[in-house]
Amino acid sequence: MSGLPLVPLITFVPLFGALIVAFTDSSRLKQIKLVALAAALVDFVLCAYLLVRFDISIPAMQFVEKRNWIESIGSNYHVGVDGISLFLVILTSFLTVLSIGASWHSITQRVKGFMISILVLETGMIGVFVSLDLLLFYVFWEAMLIPMYLIIGIWGGPRRIYAAVKFILYTLAGSLLMLVAILVLYFLHHGATGEYTFDLLKLYGTTVPGHVELWLFLAFAVSFAIKVPVFPFHTWLPDAHVEAPTAGSVLLAGILLKMGTYGFLRFCLPLFPRASLDAVPVISVLAIVGIIYGALVAFAQKDVKKLVAYSSVSHLGFVMLGLFALNTQGIEGGILQMVNHGISTGALFLIVGMLYDRRHSRMMEDFGGLWKKMPVFAGFFLVVMLSSIALPGLNGFAGEFLILVGVFLKSVSFAAFAALGMILSAVYLLWMFQQVMFGETKEKNERTFIDVGTREKWILIPVVVMIFWIGIWPNFFLSRMHASVDALLERVASVNAVRIERVQGGPTASEHELLTEGEKR
Amino acid sequence: MLGSPGLGLAAAIPFSMVVGSAIIVLLVDLLLPGRRWILPYVSLLGVTASAVSIALLWGRRVEGFGGVISLDKFSSFFGLLFLLGTGLILLISVSYAKKENIQRGEYYSLILFATSGAMLMASAVDLLVLFLGLEILSLCLYALSGFFRERGSSVEAAVKYFVLGAFASGFFLYGIALFYGATGSTFYANLQFMLSSGSRLPGPITLAACGLLLVGLLFKLGSVPFHMWVPDVYEGAPTSITGYMSAISKAAVLAAFIRIFSTSVPVIQIDLSRVLWVLAVVTMTLGNVVAIAQTNVKRMLAYSSIAHAGYVLVALTAANKAGYSSVLFYVLAYAFMTIGAFGVVTLLRRAEVEALEISSYSGIAERHPLLSATMAIFMISLAGIPPTAGFFGKFYVFSAAVGAGYTDLAVIGVLNSLVSVYFYMRIVFLMYMKEESERIEVSLSRATIVALAICVLGTIAMGVFPSGFANLVASSVAAIF
Repeated sequence: MSGLPLVPLITFVPLFGALIVAFTDSSRLKQIKLVALAAALVDFVLCAYLLVRFDISIPAMQFVEKRNWIESIGSNYHVGVDGISLFLVILTSFLTVLSIGASWHSITQRVKGFMISILVLETGMIGVFVSLDLLLFYVFWEAMLIPMYLIIGIWGGPRRIYAAVKFILYTLAGSLLMLVAILVLYFLHHGATGEYTFDLLKLYGTTVPGHVELWLFLAFAVSFAIKVPVFPFHTWLPDAHVEAPTAGSVLLAGILLKMGTYGFLRFCLPLFPRASLDAVPVISVLAIVGIIYGALVAFAQKDVKKLVAYSSVSHLGFVMLGLFALNTQGIEGGILQMVNHGISTGALFLIVGMLYDRRHSRMMEDFGGLWKKMPVFAGFFLVVMLSSIALPGLNGFAGEFLILVGVFLKSVSFAAFAALGMILSAVYLLWMFQQVMFGETKEKNERTFIDVGTREKWILIPVVVMIFWIGIWPNFFLSRMHASVDALLERVASVNAVRIERVQGGPTASEHELLTEGEKR
Repeated sequence: MLGSPGLGLAAAIPFSMVVGSAIIVLLVDLLLPGRRWILPYVSLLGVTASAVSIALLWGRRVEGFGGVISLDKFSSFFGLLFLLGTGLILLISVSYAKKENIQRGEYYSLILFATSGAMLMASAVDLLVLFLGLEILSLCLYALSGFFRERGSSVEAAVKYFVLGAFASGFFLYGIALFYGATGSTFYANLQFMLSSGSRLPGPITLAACGLLLVGLLFKLGSVPFHMWVPDVYEGAPTSITGYMSAISKAAVLAAFIRIFSTSVPVIQIDLSRVLWVLAVVTMTLGNVVAIAQTNVKRMLAYSSIAHAGYVLVALTAANKAGYSSVLFYVLAYAFMTIGAFGVVTLLRRAEVEALEISSYSGIAERHPLLSATMAIFMISLAGIPPTAGFFGKFYVFSAAVGAGYTDLAVIGVLNSLVSVYFYMRIVFLMYMKEESERIEVSLSRATIVALAICVLGTIAMGVFPSGFANLVASSVAAIF
């Protein structure tokens, strides 16, 4: 918009920081860390400015920047932000700052490479959320795999290589097929309009023949489903999460998984509205299976980090269920829950990382009795854990409640199963909390557990602030999504209304009424 | 094309300069025997002069020697590509040849002669001249493969390459003879004229001729089922020469392929595409799957080069302008990344011999972070992950395939690149994620650093700003269409 190219700046400031780090002498650890933190903080400040300047009333893309990139095939550097991507961009920069803070002392080997990887990863992740050109999106989408592969593989746990290889092969398997689908769509658009373009906003208008639409939808959906991960594509996740270093887990859970759900919203729904509508039952059932399966498996874990990893499968099931309710409440709840999950689960991984830094173990049996030894830590842990359970007043509740309302409008039985998942999440998280925090202090642990230091406090305080902010005043966030979500739903509905079949979803007016009720709670 | 029988010597300037510098190299070797270190630089000078001459002639269209060779943007593009590749190989050879004790005049002059042959192939518009270029290139490479005279594997490589290559040449020549029998000419343009006039269907002789030409070309390309020589020759030949073969001699064959089959015999395009479809699938799959099992890095790169030949065949199957442009883009991208990769391979040594086992790469990131990052970039690019040249190479190839209606081929192609990620990334994970197992020395020289820096820059530039390169290849292909 005006003079400052805000979105490109936000995208490439971390990369610039990475370059500075790359040219710093690798023995000057302090300087490397400070440069990396400074780059991440500058980026976060820019994101805050983005939030201030964001116009609530506009459904379309804002802060749009368009430059020629590959003219001959109609691909541009075309970026922008709308109500759907806004908070994911901000979340990315927020969690990157925390991740760098969390790695301050726990990463001791090859610090320079680590900081470069984190910053390059941030550029890749933000690039995915702001791209409005399919080719550009794809480039960011795949390019960000390499730093994540390195983070898991170099700084990870004992089985890191297996986890890293599995991670990259799984995600590439999906995305390569998506590449072919992108190309097919590109040529279909050319066939219909005579114009070669990868511009997402123009491709939205492409009419895809029925049987082709299903295949294209599948190619996109599988790629995103692997990323989310939707059951049964989740098997890479526990390995990657458990083996990754704390910062890696935080970004993996906080941001990378959101790319999958974001992909559904930005690409699958508007590009293939008819196939998406047809897929609602299948995806909803898979989401519910994921919710319950993830929760049950989480309950069976002895490793705290693994438990949190499986809880992600369960929570992301909620998000998927909400998105595919295809109504305002469901989708807005889904987006809000993406942010919530990023904050809460990211914070849980940070907390597990702090425990690991002290005890060098993640087994529940090695802990116990920490409540007395680490009272401040216990307070933080409690809030974060309760937010993950979705206690009213905290962020998780606002998101999950909206999702449940959305799903309820669609199908009562789906909502019932989803609510069961909420109960289960309380079961395994409380169980975990009890095992770790209460009971007798193990004798050999007497001196191991010291309470959180200043650095750790400064990592957890912003998280807790966000947890309460979203929990108490969700409308601040929801109001910024309204316009874009409505536009998306309108598009899905209008394409489907053309079909003779019954259009699902209630009238828009009553939905808004319900929504305001949901917010008041 | 036909009506300009003048001498058109300008068309011959670029490769004459290469030939001239090859002779000068031999003379310098003879007259200044004590100063062999000067040889690579003399060769580089010749390469640069030739490249400058192409740049000066850029955009001109000259038919030389009664119309048997053509200097146009297409041949100029390939000329520059060959010279760039040769320059990089020469830079890598500066220290490699010294270490391996093959710093002799013949080594450099054979490389230059080979390049002149490749350039002749790209500019030939007559089958006999093409054959001439092919033989110049091949003979030099036979000799260069066996340059380690005292090593069994190198001699084996040379003999194997020579015997099988001679067979392929025989097929090729027989194909030319049949074409002459069917059409009465060996000019590409006449072939087209004779075959398309009178709307006759191509007879069995024409089909046989095309088949035989195809055999000859596919052999040099290393496509299945004519790939058997590739791993052994790549392994036995000096590493610098292996890089040369995988980047330049393949590109030369593809240049000839496009000239013959895109413009001269389009009447058989449908049959051709059917054949190429099968070959592309088999070549990609075999190359990638077998590469997984390799323990020697040169053999792995050999199978990887078979696989890349398969990707290029996908573009040739598509057989449209986008497809041919993508081939040009691909060979340029491939030149940067494969020469770079072989350049890194020449640097690793254990106890005075080359360390060629893949396991030698374990943990080298610890002591050589920059070199490992360089190798990682080449591997990522070969695997086709953005933002690198390899990604856009594959992107253009698969996009041409989808555009021509071969979505199935594109799907098989991307699944193949998934397989390839495994073995390319294995090098990355060995370098970064394993402990150093044995003492590996890395001997960097300034010339090699320059060569690797150019390769890295090229790989990244083509991956981040492919637009300029894409326009370049499109205009080069437009010159012959």
